[in-house]
Formats: sequence, structure tokens, C-alpha cells
Amino acid sequence: MATMKDFRTKNKPTWCPGCGDFTVLAALQKAVVELGLEPEQVALVSGIGCSGKISQYFNSYGFHSLHGRSLPMATGVKLANQDLTVIAAGGDGDGYGIGMGHFVHTVRRNIDITYIVMDNHIYGLTTGQTSPTSERGFRSKTSPQGAAEEPVKAVETAIVNGASFVAQAFSGDVKQMTQIFKEAISHQGFALVNCFSPCVTFNKVNTYEWFKEKLVNVDELEEYQPEDADRALRVLAETKGTVTGILYKQKRPVYHEVMSGASDVAAAKLDLRLPKEEQQALLQSFR
Amino acid sequence: MATLTWKVGGAQGEGIDSTGDIFATTLNRLGYYLFAYRHFMSLIKGGHTNYKVRVADHPVGYHGDDLDILIAFDQRTIDENAHELTEDSVLIYDSGKLKSPVIPDGVKLCPVPVTNMAKDLGSPIMKNMVAGGVSAAIVGLSADAFDSLIEERFGKKGESMVQSNKAAVRAGFEFAMERYGVLKQLPNPQPAEDGGGHLFLSGNEAVGLGALAAGCRFLAAYPITPATEIMYTALAHFPKYGGKVLQAEDEIAACIMAIGANYAGVRAMTSTSGPGLSLMQEAIGLAGISETPLVIVDVMRGGPGTGLPTKTEQSDLNELVYGSHGEIPRIVLTPSTVEECFYYTAKAFNLAEKYQCPVIVATDLYLGMSKQSVPVGAIDFEKVTIDRGELISEEELLALGPGEYRRYAVTESGISKRSIPGQKYGRFVAMSNEHDEGANEEIEDPETRVQQMAKRMRKLDAFDPSALGVEYDGSETTELTLVGFGSTRAQIGEAVKQLRENGVKVGHLQIKVVKPFPDAMVKRYLSGAERILVVENNATGQLAELIRARVGFHNKIQSCLKFSGDPFTVEEILAHCKLEQEVGM
Ligand SMILES: Cc1ncc(C[n+]2csc(CCOP(=O)(O)OP(=O)(O)O)c2C)c(N)n1
Ligand code: SF4
Repeated sequence: MATMKDFRTKNKPTWCPGCGDFTVLAALQKAVVELGLEPEQVALVSGIGCSGKISQYFNSYGFHSLHGRSLPMATGVKLANQDLTVIAAGGDGDGYGIGMGHFVHTVRRNIDITYIVMDNHIYGLTTGQTSPTSERGFRSKTSPQGAAEEPVKAVETAIVNGASFVAQAFSGDVKQMTQIFKEAISHQGFALVNCFSPCVTFNKVNTYEWFKEKLVNVDELEEYQPEDADRALRVLAETKGTVTGILYKQKRPVYHEVMSGASDVAAAKLDLRLPKEEQQALLQSFR
Repeated sequence: MATLTWKVGGAQGEGIDSTGDIFATTLNRLGYYLFAYRHFMSLIKGGHTNYKVRVADHPVGYHGDDLDILIAFDQRTIDENAHELTEDSVLIYDSGKLKSPVIPDGVKLCPVPVTNMAKDLGSPIMKNMVAGGVSAAIVGLSADAFDSLIEERFGKKGESMVQSNKAAVRAGFEFAMERYGVLKQLPNPQPAEDGGGHLFLSGNEAVGLGALAAGCRFLAAYPITPATEIMYTALAHFPKYGGKVLQAEDEIAACIMAIGANYAGVRAMTSTSGPGLSLMQEAIGLAGISETPLVIVDVMRGGPGTGLPTKTEQSDLNELVYGSHGEIPRIVLTPSTVEECFYYTAKAFNLAEKYQCPVIVATDLYLGMSKQSVPVGAIDFEKVTIDRGELISEEELLALGPGEYRRYAVTESGISKRSIPGQKYGRFVAMSNEHDEGANEEIEDPETRVQQMAKRMRKLDAFDPSALGVEYDGSETTELTLVGFGSTRAQIGEAVKQLRENGVKVGHLQIKVVKPFPDAMVKRYLSGAERILVVENNATGQLAELIRARVGFHNKIQSCLKFSGDPFTVEEILAHCKLEQEVGM
């Protein structure tokens, strides 16, 4: 059985002290250990940004890929080897900006991966520009007069596009976050966990305190049923999205079980050679 | 060597393609060698489309300059194809629809009221079958030539469909037999050993089969003409063997998915055309620095932008050779025949895994979408070898123990052993950032950067492009050497043959790997040439420029360019040879 130590690398994270991403990493390590996974069974694919560095600090197979492209990368990995536990991770700019197109389509496909977005409402690595989740009026280097756009409603987008598991967590609550990660990873299908993960260096508005004050935990709401999409959307509207917990889940066919070429054997483990009769029959069809 | 050329043309949506396909497939099954070229426009209904078939008693890779038989459903077909008609040509036109067609001088006319005849038989759509029957009669085929194919193609739609189509063929056949008789001679058929037809397939289909033969079990792609057929071929054949096929949301995703799948241990590819290739450039850089195998097929079309989406061009060469940001090792193969589409695609997977880098197979619309007869046996799965390159074994990893494996170990060859996710103690992070040998941390110190960069750039030192890359036909010294890459091969070949018959001492150099460029071989074959003419389907002479940059010969090199959207004719190449001669360059 693997322990926390097995999922740590020699690298010391280069995140700023206090960055929300530290607890995301810790919660993820705890979750996989508690689920009894071994490092070689997991692939963590990340995008680019401060958050994207998580794959370097998490001791499993990993791919520190491109800005916005963690989802198609994770898709390729999962479809090549469905026996792996595949996790994608990155920032809000990464996932909901440059990667927004992939996000919606990955939701639609219901690829069996867990997607963790470290949502700090700002671009960290490029030193403090407005992000797609920044609130309207948010002032930053690229919106000195306040952002003119409405923030992207990523969680709602996921629900209305057929997501099978949608949750939000907060870096200030490692316990809830760990529990959500465990359920997300165990879930059959695409699981989005949007984690509010404050950037202590560039975002002076959406701080730990700001989130603590606003966040509502669905676990504490009366008779909250995550199978009810309407209720989930209502709660999101009422709280302007500042809500944590498992918001929505449903059973849906998993992509690799229904796609063209679905098979019980992982693609990476198939025979590469065609039997001779098959070769002949195939060529005959071109005569 | 005898040939016969036949073309049917009309408005898009009139079933031109299926008419051409039934005619061509039937002749192929009878043992003729064919080349079938589809000309079409970027719209679904209306416009002009035609399907040309060249029938021969030997393998041909070109659809021919002239036309023996043209079947025109409208005036536009006559206008657009008049330049291919000669004094010996036969023009069959729909006399019901074209009351007084404008017709080139000297052509033999065969008016047939195809639409009216089809209407009388129950449906105007069957005019294609009437025209097919007319064709059968005037080339001396029997009235039942198409029967078996009609049964195959229409059987699913019911017996009455089959019967009415057969009746339409017979009506056309009898009409033409009575009035015109046999007008054109088919060459002698050359059936395969078992008495059957040859293989009849397009470059795109050969690419798909080559991938399958090489063990490719994952394709992600986004529809784009003229590459979509590769996806269709994969869909038709991969799933039977557990191979996964996915239509991605765009080419960025398609390429990244193929990288992810390769990383996770399956042989994976994507296929696209120019605009899609442009979207993939960032991902190509990623495959380069992360040292992940990747196979991309680029079926070129007229560009830039959306350009000529249904016409052929060879204008992505610079992008193939220089594209993506930064500097990465890559291999670019440019097969020139249907057989090579099969073997080069198969080879691409070995190269991608051996050198852990992107390998691009570049074809174009003309090669990708034209169907050709190739001898049975010319495409042979057994001849495809599978070499997965330097994979680290479980034993080696266990001997190393936890945390010791270095994915990006600096080696003399530039190639480091690759682990596959799932292997114990093989953990690593594939990195888009510069990294150290262990891939543990992005590293910006100059020494590591230089070491890793140099390691990657050195890995292709061992790859000798000349083995795959160059084919030369000619003597040591020539008056003129024609150079080409990709689909122009057949026309250059025919031009060279004709020049030789006229006593010109001419050579033909076909370049089949453009990156890394086969400098030494190209230099060797070109140094004995008095004049060098580089033939390519683009406006700026990209191959000529590449040759100048790599091997020199600046003063000897001239370009023969075409960028109208159509493939070269032999005549055009010959005219260009003469033109240059007269100018005395
Ligand atoms: C194609 C491309 N465009 C831009 C960048 C530069 N870039 C790197 S990280 C980043 C933003 C990261 O923001 P976010 O995803 O919110 O992550 P954070 O750093 O806040 O965790 C940008 C724009 C890039 N790497 N690639
Ligand atoms: S800049 Fe912000 S997001 Fe990046 S490491 Fe520092 S605190 Fe975290």
C-alpha cells in the first residue's frame, strides 16, 4: 500500500508561501493514498500556469503539457489505457480561457477522468492579469478600469452540457476537498472539481477571507440532492457560484465504453499484428 | 502501351462520383489498370464536378493529358473540359437537355437523351446508369458489365432498385450500340494471377491501411477535405481490432490527443490538411521537447487560409520543414505513389518511436483522393516491420528501483529509454518546459538547457534520409534533370520518357524525405546535370529554395510551377522544358 511519501517528489514546490495550490496538492495526495492507488497507476496531466506545475510535485506518471490543453491530453492518455487513473489539472485561465472549447467537449464525451481546476480568479504565472473567472469590474494589469466582461460560469456550463459529476472545493478546507477528490476519482465518467485556490500574490480581492465569508457548503443545506440539476443551478445562482460540495452527479455511459473501437482491452495492450487471414480479407475489399 | 481516357462531368449532386466509381471499379475488376481523378468544387449542389478515369494495360499514376470520351450532362462540362478534347475524342452529351450545345471543332458527337430515357424508366437520377450503358457500348464492353457491382451497391435498397438500374444501363447500351457501335478500343486487360482485378485504392486509403499494418490503434482527427477519407478508412477498419477513432473538436485537440495516446503507449496518429496543420504547430513543438512519438499525415490542398479547399497544391512544404515554434527534431516524409503512402505511413510509426519525435507524412489532394490500381501483392502487410524503439523493460526498471529512472538521460545517440505509464518505477513527467535528465523540475540554468537541447537535436544524426529519401532515374551526367516530390512523380516520369524518346539526355530525381534533407544524395545526383528543373505545385518554388539552401546549384536551378489548383499535365512540364531551353538559360 502506497503512503503519502510515495506520492511526493524530491522537488520543492515553487509556489509562493500561502498559495492555495499547496493544499490542492496535499488533498490530492491524501485522496489517492486513501483510495489505495499506487503511483504507477495514476497519470496526472497538467496545463500551464502556477497551478499546472502540480504534475511536477505529484509522484505519478505525468504530462506537464501546454496552456489550455490538459483535457485533450488526458483524453488521449485515458483512451490509450483505460486501466490508468487519469487526472487533469490546471488553472482557471488554462481551463476556462484558452481551454474552454476542450472543456465543453470533454464534458460532452464523459471521458472517465477527474479534472481539477485551481480557480484563483486571476492569471498567476503571467503575473496578474484578468482571468475568465474574474468578476466584472475586477481591476488588474489588463483591466485597469475594471473588467468589462461577465465571468465565465464554468460549473453551470458543465452541468448544462451533461457533466456527470460536478463539485467545488476550497483550499481553506482540506478535509472537504480530500473527500470530494476521492469521490471524483471514484466516479465513473468526467468529474469536474473547481477548487477555489487563492493567489496570495496577485489577487487582493478574492482572498481566503473573502471566500470564507461567502462560501456556502451544500452539505449543510437542507435535503440537498446532488442528482437534481435544477436545484444545483438554483443554488449556484443564489450564491453567485460561491458554494462548495458535490453539486451534481448523474449516471451516464463512459466514453471509452461506447466510442468507436471500444474494447475491454486497453488500446496500449492490444496486439499490433493483424492475423494473416484478416490482412487478406481486408485487401480483398479493395479489389 | 495503350491507354483510354474517359470522363463524366456535370453539376455537383448529379451523382457524377458514383457513375465514375461504378465505371472505374468495374474496369478494375476486369483486370485493367486505372487511375481515377476526381475534380470537384467546395459546394454540395451545383457548380461543376467531374470524374476522370485513365485505363491502361500497365500501372499508371497520372490521369492523362487528353480525353478519348467525355460524357457531359451540361454545357459547363463541355466548356471546362474542352481543352482536353482532341480530333479523336468522342463527346456524349445529354441531347434532351442541351438542345444546341456549343461544341469544339472536330470532336465526334454522340447525342443521347439520357435524362429523358431515365425518366421513361422511372427516375431522372438514373441518367448516370444510362450514360454508363452508353460508355460500355462504345468501348466494346458487354451490356452486363456493371451488373455485379450494381447488385453490390444497390442491393441494400431492394431488388427493384437493382433491376431498374440494370434496365437503365441496358437502355443506354442498346441506344448507343444501334446508333454508334464500338468507337474506342480498350487496352488489353492484364488481370491479376488469380484472374481477378488489381487492388484499387486511394492514397488516403493506403495511408489508413499503412497505419493499421504498423499497429496504429488510435486516430483522432477533425474533418477537412482532402484528408477526411483517412478518418473514414480508420473508422472502417480500426474498431474491428480494438483501434479507437475519435472526431475531436478541432485539430489542436486531435493532435494533443494523439500525443497523449502515444505517451500512454499506443501507436497513435492524426490526419489533416494545411489549415489544420497550422493549428497543430504548438502541439508539434510539444511532441518535440517532450520527446513523445507522434505521427501526423498532412494531405495538402490549395492555400493559404481556406484557399482552394477541394483543389490540389504542394504549398505546405515550408511549414512542414520549418513550422512550429523554437527548434525541434522532426522527420518529414513525402511519399509519391499509393504504395509509398502505405509503406511510408507504416514506416513513420517506427521512426516516431525510434527517434521519439514528430514524423509528418505529407501527401496532397491529387495523391490522397485519386484511386489507382496497384498490383495485388504490391501492398503487403507482411512487409511491414514493427520496431518500437528504445522502451525500457520492467526488469530494467525493477533493477533501478524507485526514483532512479531518468527519462531524459543524456545519451550519445540523443535517444533515451522511454517508459510507459503503468510500469512500476518508470514514473516521469513528460515536459513542455525545459527540464533536467530526470524530468523532475523545469530547469532554466544554461548548462542544462544546452545539454538537453543538444541531446534532442543530435538524435537524428543517426537517421540517414538517403535510404528512404531519394530515387534517381538517369545517368551520371544529363542535359536536364527534373526534380519533384510527392504526387508530381508520375507526370514527371512520363515527361522524362517522352524527352528520352526525343533523344534528350534527361534525369529524374524524386525526393521522398524533405526533413532531414538528403543533402549528400541530392548533391550527388544533381552535380552531373547541366540544367535542373524543379517541378512543384506551388507559387514560390519551395522545394527549389530548399535545394538551393541545402546543396547549392543556384545558377542551374529553374522552377516549373503550377498553382491553379489542378495537377500538372505532362504537356505543361514538357512545354516548360522547351521554354527554358529556348531562353537558353
Ligand atoms: C499559447 C500560450 N499563450 C500564453 C501562454 C502564457 N501563459 C502561461 S500561464 C498563463 C496563465 C495562467 O493562468 P491560470 O491558468 O489562471 O493559472 P495560474 O497561474 O493562475 O495558476 C499564460 C497566459 C502560454 N504558455 N501559452
Ligand atoms: S503567483 Fe499566485 S497562483 Fe502563483 S504561486 Fe504565487 S500565489 Fe500561487
